[in-house]
Amino acid sequence: MSAIATAPARAARPVPRRWVESLAGIGFATPAFVLLVLTNIAPLIALAILSFTDYEMGAVDINSVGAANFSKALHDPVIRRSLGNTFLYVAIVVPASVLLSLLVAILVHRRTRSRGFYEVVYFLPVTTTLIAMATMWQFLLHPQLGPINAVLTSLGFNRVAFLSEPSLVLPTLAAIGVWQLVGFNMVLFLAGLSAIPRDLYEAAEVDGASHPIDRFLRVTWPLLGPTTMFVTVTTFITAFKIFDTVAVMTRGGPMGSSMTLLYAVYLEGFQYFHLSYAATLTLIFLAFTLVFSVTQTFFLDRRVHY
Amino acid sequence: MKAITPRAATVRRLLALLLSHAVLMTGAVFMLLPLVFMAVTSIKPPAEVFEATFRLWPRTFYGLENFQAALKTAPLFHFLLNGVIVCGGILIVQLIVAIPCAYALAKLEFPGKPVLFALVVLGLCIPVQAPALPLYIAFAQLGVLNTYFSMMAPFFLSVFAVFLFRQFFKSYPDEIIHAARLDGVGEFEIVWRIVVPSAWPAIAAFSVFSIVAHWNDLYWPLIVVSDAKLATPPLGMMFFADSEVGSNYGALAAGAAIITAPLVLAFLLARRRFIAGITMTGIK
Repeated sequence: MSAIATAPARAARPVPRRWVESLAGIGFATPAFVLLVLTNIAPLIALAILSFTDYEMGAVDINSVGAANFSKALHDPVIRRSLGNTFLYVAIVVPASVLLSLLVAILVHRRTRSRGFYEVVYFLPVTTTLIAMATMWQFLLHPQLGPINAVLTSLGFNRVAFLSEPSLVLPTLAAIGVWQLVGFNMVLFLAGLSAIPRDLYEAAEVDGASHPIDRFLRVTWPLLGPTTMFVTVTTFITAFKIFDTVAVMTRGGPMGSSMTLLYAVYLEGFQYFHLSYAATLTLIFLAFTLVFSVTQTFFLDRRVHY
Repeated sequence: MKAITPRAATVRRLLALLLSHAVLMTGAVFMLLPLVFMAVTSIKPPAEVFEATFRLWPRTFYGLENFQAALKTAPLFHFLLNGVIVCGGILIVQLIVAIPCAYALAKLEFPGKPVLFALVVLGLCIPVQAPALPLYIAFAQLGVLNTYFSMMAPFFLSVFAVFLFRQFFKSYPDEIIHAARLDGVGEFEIVWRIVVPSAWPAIAAFSVFSIVAHWNDLYWPLIVVSDAKLATPPLGMMFFADSEVGSNYGALAAGAAIITAPLVLAFLLARRRFIAGITMTGIK
């Protein structure tokens, strides 16, 4: 009855435009919202709750333990070590990959015919599966069989145990991290460089900045500021999440000297199933990355505009 | 300022050119080192792999044997297929979910819009490793570990896609949307038939970003998958390197080459798309 009654009425006087828009908006946003709750918000709340309990995989009851997990983490030598290692790794990878990629970008930017070639070569490591490449690096760096050591000995140096010498393992992993990141950062710098108007360089030259280093300091560096900041923050986040090379090449060894924070989280949560403790460690991991990801998001908001 | 003769200037330019090529080539060698090493090792016989003096090119071609050995030890093509299934599944759902949401945030007024956008921006700050533990527990309770679903589900919503597409849609002219509405075109059709085709560059950029990220992801598949039949390329590579082939470096390199090839080839074929995609998304 109502269907017959309303159908002509609707045709005569359409539903207000505002309602249609609201309905469409809600309809379009609902799937995303539901997934956001299921895959992000609910898990984060669960994580926070878990970190104050003693829950372990398969446990029947669950008890509140207050901040015990946090004080345990604070005094856990493995966690302290892994935090220190992660910071050391970040302290090598961030400056090295940002500065090297800036240098490469500036040199590549000026090339005309060879630009494509260098772009491809430097960007290739980004597209390769790091796990496969890590296996190759492991072989390249092998103390007895690896070609790098063969070259070193033929030049008269001693063999270097890159991955089994505790003091060398992190710098070695950092070098591989830099290898993987340089091309990615270079592409971002190249985009920043092509946004600098050419006449600014000519103007600087008129002002007496004839030397390339003068021009770099007066024009390139200040105008690349936002790009450099963005690249640095992005690199920090990537470097802080170091996991793949540790998992494949060293497993945190030798004797914990390459144990990193995310790898420790992985071991506690998914190998030992100390779930509540792993939740606590995840929160610590999140706290560190949050500082930088908030900055990154702020930049993203200003960067992506059309 | 010193007067510079044209000749001296030419010499200086040439020197600068030479120096920059020298620097770039040195870096290029470092970049290509593991790739070239992988390629030559994959076609070397074991005896030559373990020679004391390193030679780049093998004396005897042993490629066929190495690739056969690699393929016999592990279902490498199956790993690649898993990678295609997982990456394809993730990308399709991401686009279907994110595009309408981004359009709603950019062009429609609806209750809760500011809250939703705030949540999206907040979501951008959360690394994927943070919700991993509760998601793992939930998937274990539901009994869906070791399924394609468990590998894909956490990534079905990409807040980054919502954010990127929203920015893109915002600049889409309102007049066209209004005209379409006056012609009686529904909102659903406006999104998929009018707005989406114009957003092709953003969609391509996001697709590159999504595929590179998930093809190479190890963390999540390592957590939810223990069944080698479901392994994605990185996880498969890990199983493969741990297997008995681990000491047969020629076969190992051949396997690594098979695992690495698809994305590298895709990049070489669509270089501009890749670089434009990374420039536009700018985030890993």
